[in-house]
Amino acid sequence: MKLGKYLLPLYGILALIYLMVPIVYTIAFSFNDSNRTNIIWNGFTLNNWLNVCDAQGVCEAFGNSIVIAIASTVFATVLGTAISIALVRYKFKGRAATTLLLFMPMATPEVVLGAGLAAQFLNAGVPKGMLTVILAHIMFSISFVVVTVRARVAGIDPRLEEAGRDLYAKPSQVWWKITFPLLMPGIVSAALLAFALSFDDFIITNFNRGPVNTLPSFIYTAAARGIPAEANVLASAVFILAILAVVITQVGGEINRRRLKASA
Amino acid sequence: MSDSVNGFAQGGADLELVGVTKQFPGFTAVDNVSFTVPAGSFFALLGPSGCGKTTTLRLISGLEEPTSGKILVGGKDVSNTKAHQRPINTVFQSYALFPHMTVLENVAFGLKQRGVKDAIQLAHEALALVELDHLADRKPMQLSGGQQQRVALARAVVNRPALLLLDEPLGALDLKLRRQMQIELKSIQSEVGLTFLHVTHDQEEAMTMADTVAVMNKGKIEQMGPPAELYELPATRFVATFLGQSNLFDGVVSGTSGKVVRVAVGKLTLEVPTSRSKVTSGEITVGVRPEKIEISRSAPAASATRSVVGPGTVIDTSFTGVSTQYVVDVPGLNKLTVFEQNDGDIVAAGSKVWLSWATEYSFGLPMDTDQFVESDTTTRSLAVAKR
Repeated sequence: MKLGKYLLPLYGILALIYLMVPIVYTIAFSFNDSNRTNIIWNGFTLNNWLNVCDAQGVCEAFGNSIVIAIASTVFATVLGTAISIALVRYKFKGRAATTLLLFMPMATPEVVLGAGLAAQFLNAGVPKGMLTVILAHIMFSISFVVVTVRARVAGIDPRLEEAGRDLYAKPSQVWWKITFPLLMPGIVSAALLAFALSFDDFIITNFNRGPVNTLPSFIYTAAARGIPAEANVLASAVFILAILAVVITQVGGEINRRRLKASA
Repeated sequence: MSDSVNGFAQGGADLELVGVTKQFPGFTAVDNVSFTVPAGSFFALLGPSGCGKTTTLRLISGLEEPTSGKILVGGKDVSNTKAHQRPINTVFQSYALFPHMTVLENVAFGLKQRGVKDAIQLAHEALALVELDHLADRKPMQLSGGQQQRVALARAVVNRPALLLLDEPLGALDLKLRRQMQIELKSIQSEVGLTFLHVTHDQEEAMTMADTVAVMNKGKIEQMGPPAELYELPATRFVATFLGQSNLFDGVVSGTSGKVVRVAVGKLTLEVPTSRSKVTSGEITVGVRPEKIEISRSAPAASATRSVVGPGTVIDTSFTGVSTQYVVDVPGLNKLTVFEQNDGDIVAAGSKVWLSWATEYSFGLPMDTDQFVESDTTTRSLAVAKR
């Protein structure tokens, strides 16, 4: 089929363009010399990139997002890893119930979760702010951490830990020298996932943030009167950093593989 | 930790199990087992999968706690110590090499845990012992099965433990490599002079390597002794059938005269030396090994020292090169298996033959109708099930 020879690549290219348009748009308009609104192309400038914190609240919101993402990632990853090990390695009462409960935040619509949490914080008398957002993020991130790390824990041969014990390692040494290094790839991807989920969460955050602005909530509010180009700058910067991180890990992994192959 | 370091003698130490029992919910894996392994010897625990031999090993290494009984190493009771406190190392069935460490780091692991100064130097020496020092910087995944096996051995031997436990370490290797590793293992054992306790379900492996073999079945030790003794004079029906093959005939003692026990098997009468019979009255099982039986086309002359049965019919002849294996149906007895050395004369199936053997080769066992050998559940599943 001659037609198929051209149709398939064409379809692929169109699909890619469709996916890339919003990203390209965001990056392109971060260089727009906008006055009040950043909707119409008004000429190229680097000012937005150079004076990114000039727009009111952008950098503060960005900073809040980073703090929230880091805090919730650390707690969710530590707790989630511990839960994963408990679920895989030990039989205890309520194990099945725990597994089910862990899936609940993933299955529940965000609006429901956000509203529910907001009501609870209100009842408990906890003032909304950074703390409530971090708590909310830890809660839903744990589920994703557990799902990611659990597969890794299940993949570790318990005999390796037994071999460690057999070779004079105390339980704490078995954990740090054997279990933890073997779990590391799972923990890292779980942490990245938790960070990403927290960083771009809007719905749950919006219910629980009180006066605190995160980057998504800032952009949402700003959209009413026109998003400042500085927001595009930050969004582009985050995108580029993420891409860089992926490229670095991929290239690093490939170099490592080649080196191993060369020595084999 | 300093306590256990003192336990590291240059040579091996005695191992003593006193009435060790291990119960899991629903079944008893090890049932009141007692034995002593003298320092520097090569001891094999032989039995079918699920007989409790791996659990016994895990009890000795400290990975399981006994329900009751005591375990002594070098005269010292270690029953209440943890695995990392015991001067014992294990070569695991799956090798259990740490995948995130190099071969050298794997071998040096135990030494570093104990704070031995020249750990790296000693690890290199241990790797040289198994002829793998040139691969010290590789990851375990890059090695072949046989090489991984040798790294696992080096990782255990390098610690000069009082006792080295081997949990079917050759099980995953192909036959040729396995035979080669058996010889290597035996020579390493005599070189380093450690006490080895080898667990296996391969009776040939146990017999070729060990000074002493203990045959285990259903959590109990059925018989223990030098391999030749076990083979020539099995004490139970299980040992007679698990360790090599046996022709067994159930009968009743019809009388004793001096040095022999007379046994009525159906209409026939067989004789067993009194000294080789566990039973001298009532029900008895008479056994004889297939290679002890001579096959002849005509009735052999009657003799006081030989037992003769026949005539029977050869039902099956299989030529294996070195020997020929016959299955002979003798009316009144079971089907008999006979191994005849290849002397160029092969009896065809369907032929009428007589069988005879020197009475001194036969043995008498207590009749045991419960000779069922458990079907295979891999020993690996025990570790998993425990979790």
